Amino acid sequence: MMADVQAMYGLWLREITQFLRSWSRIVGWLITPLLILGFLAFGFRGVALPGLPEGIDYVQYLVPGMAGFTILFSASFTGLGILSDREVGFLKEILVAPVSRRAIVLGWTAGGATTAVIQSTLIILLSIPLGFRLKRVWMFPLAVLVLLLLAITFIGFGLALASQFRDSQGFGLLINFTIFPLFFLSGALYPIENLPGPLQYLALLNPLTYGIDALRGVLIGTSAYSLLLDVSALLVAATTMVMIAGILFERIEVV
Amino acid sequence: MAHRPFLESDAALVVNGLRKTYAQGDDTTVALDDISLHVERGDVVGLLGPNGAGKSTLVNILCTLLQPTAGSATVAGYDVETEGADVRRNIGVVFQEPALDDQLTGIETLRLHARLYGLDRQTREERITEILDLVGLAEVRDQVVEQYSGGMKRRLEIGRGMLHDPVVLFLDEPTLGLDAQTRQATREYIQQLNEEADVTVLLTTHNMVEADALCDRVAIIDHGEIVVFDSPSALKAQLGGDIVTLTVTDSEEATRLAELLASYSWVTAVHPTGRDVQVSVARGQTRIPALVTRASEASVSVTSVDLQTPSLESVFLTHTGRTIDDTGAETAPTRPPVVTKQ
Repeated sequence: MMADVQAMYGLWLREITQFLRSWSRIVGWLITPLLILGFLAFGFRGVALPGLPEGIDYVQYLVPGMAGFTILFSASFTGLGILSDREVGFLKEILVAPVSRRAIVLGWTAGGATTAVIQSTLIILLSIPLGFRLKRVWMFPLAVLVLLLLAITFIGFGLALASQFRDSQGFGLLINFTIFPLFFLSGALYPIENLPGPLQYLALLNPLTYGIDALRGVLIGTSAYSLLLDVSALLVAATTMVMIAGILFERIEVV
Repeated sequence: MAHRPFLESDAALVVNGLRKTYAQGDDTTVALDDISLHVERGDVVGLLGPNGAGKSTLVNILCTLLQPTAGSATVAGYDVETEGADVRRNIGVVFQEPALDDQLTGIETLRLHARLYGLDRQTREERITEILDLVGLAEVRDQVVEQYSGGMKRRLEIGRGMLHDPVVLFLDEPTLGLDAQTRQATREYIQQLNEEADVTVLLTTHNMVEADALCDRVAIIDHGEIVVFDSPSALKAQLGGDIVTLTVTDSEEATRLAELLASYSWVTAVHPTGRDVQVSVARGQTRIPALVTRASEASVSVTSVDLQTPSLESVFLTHTGRTIDDTGAETAPTRPPVVTKQ
């Protein structure tokens, strides 16, 4: 057990080391969400979007959504990282160690979640010059907790998917087709009530919906559901996803 | 970390009737067919065979990355199927393809490894210092692996495999893809490790020279079966010793000399080809004077003498009917393997 904790720490540390070592990658990860945020915020400035809460302009509404998007985007890189480890052979070094597969999955998740939370926090802070106002600064730690739960959920999802691929190409393609539906069916850009009926139900199955709603509640003081409901939904989603990833990785043969 | 309850009497490696097949549609490919091996502690054992003979499959089963179809194997006394974690704790593995994260530095690579193997902080730092000195990478420990040469990467991987003090070190084609100089250095390093750290080494190779130079015992593996398993010198001795080639002035003389020499009881085979007479004898260097004296007594003038001691290559050829080239691919025999006495 102690050995497993040490192994998890080692894998977490590797993720952080890589993250801090490649500034170009950090900038690359931040640019996509920042561009989307910047253009949408200016392009739709002053637009009267139906269903937007009273007294909330579009930038305020959008920033929590983009923080959620950043989590999605960054979590997909964890899955990609595992597959590139597989391609360069490093995965064998990890899997031949006397560590349980569960501990390995938890170590990867911890490392990926840490970097994802750092990035999405940066997005929130960088949006302040774009006109975003933090209503309740003292609630910010709660926002970080929500981001963490979101990150764990989608990293679990990404790892579960990655376990089914042998190389990063097929996985990359699938991720492209997954990120945007998840994004559009989450209320990140508009209230989900604006979607046609059946799509609304899909959005209600999407953990990102609850994460973004919770972020709005915490950051700008307005949300569709109670914080308790949002956080409970995220807890269930995060636990389920990591368990599925663990079970799938238990079974893979690496050679 | 639970330490190994390893008995000195335990063999490092016991393989019993191991079989691995892959189903491909309706066909079944047999990768390993009834392999049995017994390796004592401290030995360097080579698995010699062409590409696709099943060497890597065997290594992958022994290091628990693959499940056998039938049969059993123990490593350091632990069963590879039911005691996987204990097996993994007691082995070091260097894979055929590099398994490094080239964005980490040398020391970070070793630290991650130590954490994966549950070494405590003090042991970790002590072992890392020792290993870095041993593999000669202490000065570049803070450089990212990306900047290492091929030989340095290999040394880092071998050092990493040794970090947690394993009972058995698996080396899958340890010198593949290295230049001649680095290959030689790596071989010497493996030898040194075996002597100093008393680790049992199981290495796969398709390189005869390497197997001959490094291994206490060699298993020739072909089409998923172990054809023969013995020390290189015993394997070579089985071929009937050395070949002395006497070159004379013409083929008639050669035939005449061959007939004369065949009468010696210590000559196991004689074979005249053109102006050459090939004589198979044990300890060839001691028989050359007698052979040359006999020739001059019969007024046959010998223009040159050549002594060939059998190589592992001829052993391989004898047992499989084929040779393997530098890349590990099989090639058809170019000359008859052994000369037999009529």
